[in-house]
Amino acid sequence: MIAYIIRRVFQGALVLAVVGFIAFAMFRFMGNPIENMLGQEATRLDRAELTERLGLNDPVPVQYVKFLASAVQGDFGVSYRNGVPVAEMIVQRLPATLELAFVSAVLAVVFGIALGVFTAIRRDGVLANVVMSVSLIGVSLPTFLIGVLLIWVFAVELGWLPSFGRGETATLFGWQSGLVTASGLKSMILPAVTLGLYQMTLVMRLVRSEMLEVLRTDYIRFARARGLSDRAVHFGHALKNTLVPVITIIGMQVGQIAAFAIVTETVFQWPGVGLLFINSIQFVDIPVMAAYLLLVGVLFVTINLIVDLLYAVVDPRLRVT
Amino acid sequence: MSMASSDTGGAADKVKLKPSLTARLKGVWSSDIVWSFRHSPVTIVAAFVFLTLMLAALLAPWIAPHTPFDPASLNLMDGFTPPMAEGMGSGSVYWLGTDDQGRDVFSTILYGMRLSLFIGIAAVAFAAVLGVALGLIAGYAGGWVDAVIMRLADIQLTFPSIMVALLIFGIARGLTPPELRDQMAVWVLILSIGLSEWVQFARTVRGSAMVEVNKDYVQAARLIGRKPHHILRKHILPNVLGPVSVIATIYLALAIITEATLSFLGVGAPPTSPSLGTLISIGQDYLFSGEWWILLFPSLTLLALALSVNLLGDWLRDALNPKLQ
Repeated sequence: MIAYIIRRVFQGALVLAVVGFIAFAMFRFMGNPIENMLGQEATRLDRAELTERLGLNDPVPVQYVKFLASAVQGDFGVSYRNGVPVAEMIVQRLPATLELAFVSAVLAVVFGIALGVFTAIRRDGVLANVVMSVSLIGVSLPTFLIGVLLIWVFAVELGWLPSFGRGETATLFGWQSGLVTASGLKSMILPAVTLGLYQMTLVMRLVRSEMLEVLRTDYIRFARARGLSDRAVHFGHALKNTLVPVITIIGMQVGQIAAFAIVTETVFQWPGVGLLFINSIQFVDIPVMAAYLLLVGVLFVTINLIVDLLYAVVDPRLRVT
Repeated sequence: MSMASSDTGGAADKVKLKPSLTARLKGVWSSDIVWSFRHSPVTIVAAFVFLTLMLAALLAPWIAPHTPFDPASLNLMDGFTPPMAEGMGSGSVYWLGTDDQGRDVFSTILYGMRLSLFIGIAAVAFAAVLGVALGLIAGYAGGWVDAVIMRLADIQLTFPSIMVALLIFGIARGLTPPELRDQMAVWVLILSIGLSEWVQFARTVRGSAMVEVNKDYVQAARLIGRKPHHILRKHILPNVLGPVSVIATIYLALAIITEATLSFLGVGAPPTSPSLGTLISIGQDYLFSGEWWILLFPSLTLLALALSVNLLGDWLRDALNPKLQ
């Protein structure tokens, strides 16, 4: 168990080292930081002075260590595009992305499990088959197209829901939240459904196939023979044993949600870090790209580590090896 | 279904003893893979749709009624013509309507699909060549070479492929001089999508290669003094290509969608030579003013393309490996 954890932590550290190096290489070698900060009219003396002050004359390994040290302290440099510290831009936009990701993950899990159980129990029912067919279309549609179609139907044709932005936000313990105002909640619906739909179908199909498998096993038959109610058999016995793979999938899908948040935020002009990243690519704003890369690297490594540890908690067989 | 197919497979073996042309054709007709194709209506429809789209894309310059990217042939008065209606300026009928600049939507879709398919196929080919080569080397060499390549694969797998593609696109864009960015966009797209998809090829090929390396025929080839690159190319490669074709088909659908997504996000094909994703993003701008056809038809085309390739991939996977069903 300890060897397992140490190996995982080591692997995570390796990923972070590589990601950190790529971010550093982008920061240092792409474009010319001096030109970007001083502009055309600077004298040669100004340039030499700034080069010295930024530490660009140091050996590259020293620069790398300095870069990582300042990144750990939350200093990612200044955006080339509007001269604002990158850390400030990210902190300002992070709540929007986290709320969106959280709501869509909750939607995916709640509706995914519910529909999965339903389609497994009513295997041959008409409604279950309809749900399954619709889910097939949901999986094949690219995320951005789902978003555009939802906008078309619910914002343009029906006019029920807003098609862009976060609506009104309120400050809650220093957190700009859109979840406490009516217009904020309304604005959340379409983006959250867009982002969570794929994961929802995934969870649904997984729960369904696992349930079908489990419902065939002997202990379910014994449970029925003991005269337990359908409800107790389905939820107390069967569903419980389908949840291990569901945890795995959810853990693995957090990364996907973070990635496709970029797409969803662009479709709905959601003011989060994903939109910031896309804009930084369009304008080749390298400090923002590098900072985003580091942020995502830390996020994914942490998630993977948590999922690996959860395995060990959920599946006792792993604890022995 | 698998029982029936193994019966016909036995018949195919007997046929091989007397290889006359008709018998050979009969053998192909009753082989497992063709058998499963003939007995899956969904697959036949998917193949038909895909071939039609492919043909339309290839023949775009000849079948497109207009040349949408030649400013001289555009009539601005024809802008926003609804489907099947006559343009206000020229009076010609546009089947699927026109966009804001009077470009024929049907023609832009044909050209857009051409670009989407080209980028998708080229990206998958690039990913397959890179992944197969690295996988073969890793599986054959073992040791630290294997460790380095596979750790690299692991690290990349930590990140979703679309994020990797976006990042590589961003870096490559930063490295190209600003005046060349639009020109290079297609190649940068191929590079970034290709680099984001090599891992699965490498992993699969490495696994099969490690098995093949220990077999007698490879040992024999080594014994008679064949060079490693010769053994890899002539002996091991042909034996690991089955799964590669399946991955390539499934990844083609993924590559087409990734390209459309990137272009939709405004970091892919430039508006001067739009792909399907670019067309959809243009269409979204006119949704609120009621010009739905600019959005709908490119979306349907993308959907048909991705879905048909996906279904073909599923069929190929099941046909080549009945255990997976």
